[in-house]
Amino acid sequence: MVSVKAGAHHYLLPLTGFVMLTAILAMTLLALVFGALLGYAATKFRVEDDPVVERIVAILPQTQCAQCGYPGCRPYAEAIAKGEADINQCPPGGEAGIRALAELLDREPKPLSAEHGVEKPKLLAVIDEQTCIGCTLCIQACPVDAIVGAAKQMHTVIEAECTGCELCVAPCPVNCIDMVEVPVTVRNWKWPEPEKWLSPMKDAANG
Amino acid sequence: MAERLHRFRGGLELPGMKEAATASPIRVMPPPKRIVLPLSQHIGEPAKPRVAPGERVLRGQMVAAAEGIISAAIHASTSGTVVAIEDHLVPHPSGLAAPCIIIDADGRDEAIEPVPLSDWENRDAGEIRERVRDAGIVGLGGAAFPSWIKLSGNRDQPLDTLILNGAECEPCISCDDMLMRERADEVISGARIMLRALHARHCLVAVEDNKPEAAEALQAALAKFADPRIELVIVPSRYPQGGERQLIETLTGREVPHDGLPLDIGIVCHNVATAAAVHRAVVHGEPLTSRIVTVTGGGVAEPCNVEARIGTRMSELIAFCGGYRGDVARLIMGGPMMGFTLRSDDAPVIKASNCLLAGTAEEFAPRRETLPCIRCGACADACPASLLPQMLYWHTRARDFERVQEYDLFDCIECGSCDLVCPSQIPLVSHFRYAKTEIWGKNEERAKADNARRRHEARQARLEREAREQEEKRRRKLEALEKMKSGDAKKAEIAAALERAQKRKEERS
Repeated sequence: MVSVKAGAHHYLLPLTGFVMLTAILAMTLLALVFGALLGYAATKFRVEDDPVVERIVAILPQTQCAQCGYPGCRPYAEAIAKGEADINQCPPGGEAGIRALAELLDREPKPLSAEHGVEKPKLLAVIDEQTCIGCTLCIQACPVDAIVGAAKQMHTVIEAECTGCELCVAPCPVNCIDMVEVPVTVRNWKWPEPEKWLSPMKDAANG
Repeated sequence: MAERLHRFRGGLELPGMKEAATASPIRVMPPPKRIVLPLSQHIGEPAKPRVAPGERVLRGQMVAAAEGIISAAIHASTSGTVVAIEDHLVPHPSGLAAPCIIIDADGRDEAIEPVPLSDWENRDAGEIRERVRDAGIVGLGGAAFPSWIKLSGNRDQPLDTLILNGAECEPCISCDDMLMRERADEVISGARIMLRALHARHCLVAVEDNKPEAAEALQAALAKFADPRIELVIVPSRYPQGGERQLIETLTGREVPHDGLPLDIGIVCHNVATAAAVHRAVVHGEPLTSRIVTVTGGGVAEPCNVEARIGTRMSELIAFCGGYRGDVARLIMGGPMMGFTLRSDDAPVIKASNCLLAGTAEEFAPRRETLPCIRCGACADACPASLLPQMLYWHTRARDFERVQEYDLFDCIECGSCDLVCPSQIPLVSHFRYAKTEIWGKNEERAKADNARRRHEARQARLEREAREQEEKRRRKLEALEKMKSGDAKKAEIAAALERAQKRKEERS
């Protein structure tokens, strides 16, 4: 700290130059230290995965159906992140998926691209076990290992694991795989959005 | 007593409409010809059948066992033959069918040999819980949560109070009222058994002040048992006083944390009918095979409370009460505030069926047209869960389900108070129910997608590994071949020399 008194400053003047120098040196030193720290942190805590890709993957329905033209949801997500693919190529994700992608990437939502397919209700593959010849082709085609069976043994679909991608349908040589809609049960049933709903008490109390 | 009572926020004063069904005593209905027992009558996993079609069963015999921890066993409610295990219409707002065990009664109503736990006072808490679990007892107030789980207490925190909920605040319903009037001894005995299972210090039996007969009967039963730990508390009649969180606040002045359980503040709350069922299971060794159902409304000839076998179809229950009267517009399971419409009276009585309401067109005038929300805030004043129904409504309309959850949608107990006070006739609870099932559906979809992603990645990894192994194998084979060749170098040289010799021979000749 340098206090400059009136009338006495003439012999302190050379000191101010020294103070300036110290300040500049201190600032430089600080800048260097923080720069080094940031540089170190950047390498030490580097995020390997592209966070945008991960967030796109989280939105995609993971059916792995390849209708988008890519061999699975992650490759499609990577293509979107690189700007190679559009956001409207995923029929299972449907409109809701496109809206979510548009919001994430700050783009305008657009209708589903017709060449990639149409939005369908949730489906489930069912193997007609009487017709199945046990060729294992569908097992090889299933992207999520949801079909069990062995060569010349009957195959069957694990209902809970099937994503409804339809990839098993085409390879079947005896056409024994049907895609059926996921049935509505008391466990997955949803209340409808009300329009004019009756509330019994309302009129009893008012009247 | 009254000086320590508190008041919960919001709520409404509603007409009781309980006179018709409380005029006559509980009527015990004989077992019907056919019993339909849904495998899912409780919160949690459906029970797993333990009988096959064609098998003869006795009353009280377990026909389906609890599957997993949150589940409940189901018992045959009369003797007869299992004719099928198939989908049958169940009492559910969807009006869908679900797996049921169907029993044709033989009319003899034979029961299995009851095994009472008569010396329960010396038994371990675990044994009592086990008995309650094996008896298939669930919360009979309507929520149907497996009761033995709520008798387990908490290891970290000593349990202070057991609350027996006899408030029964919803209009029209009077099954608990009649139970307390006629079987108060069973309720108090059940409370004592529960106190032992929970190691709780004391028990409060809460009854609304519009049930003086029930209070009197309970007082008499208390005098008989002379258990100083149990106390009767008369609470004001105010809807929804019987809501667990509301009743706890009224009795203790404490709020259950919004993301917690009553257990977190040392309280456990059971319905009075559940206590009576625990008494029967422990003292008499009888599993839960019947319950008291209030059958009421302008559309039923003789409104009354019926002790009906679980699995009795609603049509037969109505017939037992003199049949339908006049122009029945709607059949509701539960009360007018929180119940839901049944698609058909073919659905059976389940453990959660506290009331069957047959309403005439007069009682259920069509709802007047919904008008836009004017942001009057009446719904927020009425909400007993301190929510902002209008905000929930706006965000549900916009399908912004994240915001709806930020406004604590899942704290909504669907009591219908907001609905009733809304001057614009907006069916708020219906919107909230819609939002809840949408969110559950989305969460499930998300979980399924994550699972599919993991399986796909695992498959990719496996395929890559297999390809690598194949490559490795091929490479090794090639190497071995090379080696064999180099090992045979001498042989090759000889062969080459022989070949050269042969060539020369040919040249010479």
